[in-house]
Parts: sequence; C-alpha cells; structure tokens
Amino acid sequence: MRSDRGQSAPLRLKIAAACGLLFLHLPILLIFVYAFTTEEKSFVWPPPGLTTQWFAVTWNRPDVWEALSLSIRVAAISTAIALVLGTLCAAAVSQTRFFGRETISLLVILPIALPGIITGIALRSAFALADIPFSFWTIVLGHATFCVVVVYNNAVARFRRTSGSMIEASMDLGADGFQTFRHVVLPNIATALLAGGMLAFALSFDEVIVTTFTAGQQQTVPIWMLEELIRPRQRPVTNVVAMVVVLVTLLPILLAYYLTRDGDQIAGSGK
Amino acid sequence: MTIAAVQSKPAPAILPGSGGMRGAFSDLFWRRPQLLLLLMLLPPVLWLGIVYIGSLFALLLQSFFSIDEFSGLINREFTLKTYGDLFQAANLDIILRTVTMAALVTLAAAVVAFPIAYYAARYARGRWKALFYLGVMLPLWSSYLVKIYAWKLILAKEGILTWLLAKLNLLWLLDGWLSLPIVGGNSLSVSFTGTFIVFVYVWLPFMILPVQAALERVPGNLVEASSDLGASPGQTFRNVLFPLALPGIVAGSIFTFSLTLGDYIIPQIIGTSRLFIGQAVYSQQGTAGNIPLAAAFTVVPIVIMGFYLWGAKRMGAFDAL
Repeated sequence: MRSDRGQSAPLRLKIAAACGLLFLHLPILLIFVYAFTTEEKSFVWPPPGLTTQWFAVTWNRPDVWEALSLSIRVAAISTAIALVLGTLCAAAVSQTRFFGRETISLLVILPIALPGIITGIALRSAFALADIPFSFWTIVLGHATFCVVVVYNNAVARFRRTSGSMIEASMDLGADGFQTFRHVVLPNIATALLAGGMLAFALSFDEVIVTTFTAGQQQTVPIWMLEELIRPRQRPVTNVVAMVVVLVTLLPILLAYYLTRDGDQIAGSGK
Repeated sequence: MTIAAVQSKPAPAILPGSGGMRGAFSDLFWRRPQLLLLLMLLPPVLWLGIVYIGSLFALLLQSFFSIDEFSGLINREFTLKTYGDLFQAANLDIILRTVTMAALVTLAAAVVAFPIAYYAARYARGRWKALFYLGVMLPLWSSYLVKIYAWKLILAKEGILTWLLAKLNLLWLLDGWLSLPIVGGNSLSVSFTGTFIVFVYVWLPFMILPVQAALERVPGNLVEASSDLGASPGQTFRNVLFPLALPGIVAGSIFTFSLTLGDYIIPQIIGTSRLFIGQAVYSQQGTAGNIPLAAAFTVVPIVIMGFYLWGAKRMGAFDAL
C-alpha cells in the first residue's frame, strides 16, 4: 500500500481545484437558466421572469428541424464510414507489424491534430479544383475524415487488451476466418466500437469549423447556431436550441464512458 | 453409426468447414496474411490519402499561385510572391497577435489546470476520481459553440459578470480594466480580455488531461522525501513536482497552442475587429477570393506547429500523451 493514501489535500489546493472545476461547469449550467428566460432582446441577468413558451416556439420552427435532420443524417453516415475505416485500420495496426506502421497511425491522427481551419480550407480548395459542387456528401466527406481517429483510438486500445491467442484457439477449433471474426473478434471489440461510434457521432454533430467550408448553403445545427451568434434573429430560440444541443451531446459521452470505463484506456481522452 | 464407421472417417471438426467461396477466401487469407493486411489497410489509406492528403497538397500547391491584383483572377504560375505578401506589416501584425495570444492562453491554461490535475492525480480516489474524470470530460465534449455562446451571455454588458461585480461593489475594477489600452474595450465581450478568457476556457480540458497523466506517474513518497529533507512546499513544487510535470504541460500546450493558432470563430464572436490568423484565412478565401494568400496563411500555423512539435518531442512530451 502506498503511503499517500489517507492524507487529505492542503486547503489551498482544494480551493484552487474546486474553483477550476466551477470555472469549467458554471457557464454550461447558465445555458439551462437562459433557456427559460422571458427576456427577448438582451442577455440581462438575472432573468426578469421564467417561461416555457420558447420551447413551443422552437418546436414550430421549420429551419431548426431542417438543421437538426441534416446534422443527424450527416453524423449517422459519417459515423458508419468512420466505424468501418477506423476498425480496419486499428485491426491492421495492432495485430501485425509491418513497414510504415507509424506512418499509418500518424495519417489517422493528422486530421484532428492540425487546426480544423486547415482541413476545412484544404477540402474546399480541393473541391474547387476538382469542380465538385457542395452537397450532403461533401459535408460527409469532411466529417468522416476526422471521425476515423476516435473509432481508431478506441478500437486500438481494445485490440491491445484482447489476446491474440483467442483467435488462434478459434482457428484450431476449426472456425474459418469469417466465423472467427463473427463469433470471437466482434463480441470482444463490440463495446469499444459502440463507444467509438458514440464519440464519432458527437464529434460530427458538434463540428462547425470544417463544416463552414464544405457545406455551401446547407445548414447543420452548429452552422445554424453560428449564424444566430453572428446575426441574431430570435435570441430565446437560440437559448433553447443551445440547451437541447448540450443534452444531445451529453448522452453519447456518458454512454461511451460507461461502456469503456473498465479498460485502462478510456474513450474520450484526447478529443 | 458403428464404431468402425467413425474410425474410418477423419475426426470431424467442432464446427463444420464452410467450403465454397467463403472457405476458399478464408484459407487464402490464412496462408497469405500479407494479402489480408493489404485488404484491411487499403480502404482507410485510400480514403485518408486521397481525401485528406490530396486536399492538403492541393492547398499547398495553391499557395504558390498568385492573384492578379487588377482582374482578381488566380494566376496559375509558380511564384513565391504570395509568401512575400505575408511579410507586409498588416499581415505580420496578424501573425504576431495570434502567436502572442496562443502563448498567453497556453500559460494561463497551465496555471489553471495544474491544481485540478494535481488534486485528481494525487488525492482523488474511487468515486471522486471518476467524478473528476467526468468533470473534465463533459466540458471537453460539450458543444464548442454552446460554450462560446455561454460566455457571450456571461461577458455581455448586461450579463451576469457585471451584475456580480455590481453586487460586490467592484464595478470600478472592471471599468478600470476596460479603460486600459489593448486589453480593454467597450465591454468584455468586445475586448481581447474576453477573447483570452474564452480561449482559456474552451481549451482548458486539453491541458488538464496530459498534466494529470504526467502527475499520476510521480510517486507520492517523492514529495514526502522532499519535505522530509526540509524543503518548503514551494521548494518541493519548484524542484520536484514541476520538472516531473513539465512533459505533461508541454504535451497539453501542443493542443492549446495549435487550437488557438487555427481558431477563427472565438475571436469573431467575442473580440475586437482586429484579425487573427484563422479569421484572415477565412476572409481571404471567402470575401476577398484570394485563395493563394489564404493558403499561404495556413502554412504559418503548420510551420510553427512543426517547430513546436519538434521541440516538444525533444522534451519527451509525447510519452505523456
């Protein structure tokens, strides 16, 4: 047993850590209060009154629904693509040693390591050079590219913990490659893939920088929000949408955490 | 079935062999693992190679084109003129402003992150540890725009911060700060101070995680040994903890620095009208239609980050990631 178990922290450290955590969380909590305010024109605090009428107004706004539908469709397709590509890449990198292995992992991480604006403008100029018009698929192309890395990270961590001898045992017992994948490999990596998929979905659902370059006139939820932030039309509706977005991204993150928490490598670390 | 019949056949496998096309492929992959590896790598490498690396090269290529100042058309001939334009006073100003902001944000994030990371690594146990982890992870993954929006609510002139300071009779402090040159402005939401606070807030979790990872590896008895040998807490921090946490801080600073260099949304929503690199790129490729200059501008953060990563690697920061 380590000797530092029972000690309690010095008061100054406790206060500094608590202040830091409050700094991280209070602004997000504030969003929940503002969703109920009766004030329409300014950001005045404290709210002059509380109301739920803006939820009904938001519910009846077709532009919000269109943005939400586009965001969900883009996130679903990008996640599906990222799941396939990320798993393949993780399987190849973790199960075998080959020349250029380091380069492959760098290639996967690069889209998220470089600032989003570089990915965005690179894609846009490539579309312009190749005369590709903006469409649903240009958004998906960008999103899938940077979603691969979260699936890859989760799958690699799980492959590392899965012993290779299980695959050999399965083959020894007469299963062919496909049966081994279906009955041995897949059940082992399923929760990691699910967690990676959740995170990829959340990442795509929230992405704004790359999307501004690949969307053209289409509006995803973040683009809609950005538009409202720059040229506000109806502030209470923005407040409500902001709160819904917080809730929608919160759930996949919590789920991903519970799916992978037994492992040494946990899902979200390093966005 | 008689015993003799069983003996005459080979022992059956536990699962029947599947035969046909599937069996043939399965056997092929087992005999030639290289082929399977190639098939597994091909889709992701093709996707990333064509979509991503291809686009990056297209961008790099365009930075060597130039724009005709009279017609506004892009002249597709190799030239270094566009890079020369980067050294105009206005553009140098933008680069300098962005790098200064990135450095300040990184420093502040390190200072705020350290106590949280240290507490989580050394004192938090069991349930508290999970709570700390989620406490960092949830803000990290919360919507980027919603976080910025929340700060717009906080920093607005009629917002909660002004209200709080008024209650505490500290409004003179805010007014004094806002009347300062450079950092001040009409209200916090249109000043560099506001931009700075939001940058620190949004990138803070990226600093906490690697610092915590580095501090987890510092044995507690090292700190005790230091105080047994008569060091004050300050000395222990300076001579024992800080040097051991430094690779983690450098690893975190890679994120805070790089993300600040490339961001164009935060300074656009909360800040002054003076541009950062990201905004310059955005306006050059959008309204100005000068894609070559926008491309050359994006090379600046890539080069800075290249040097930064090289230095970080020498300090052993990658082991802390």
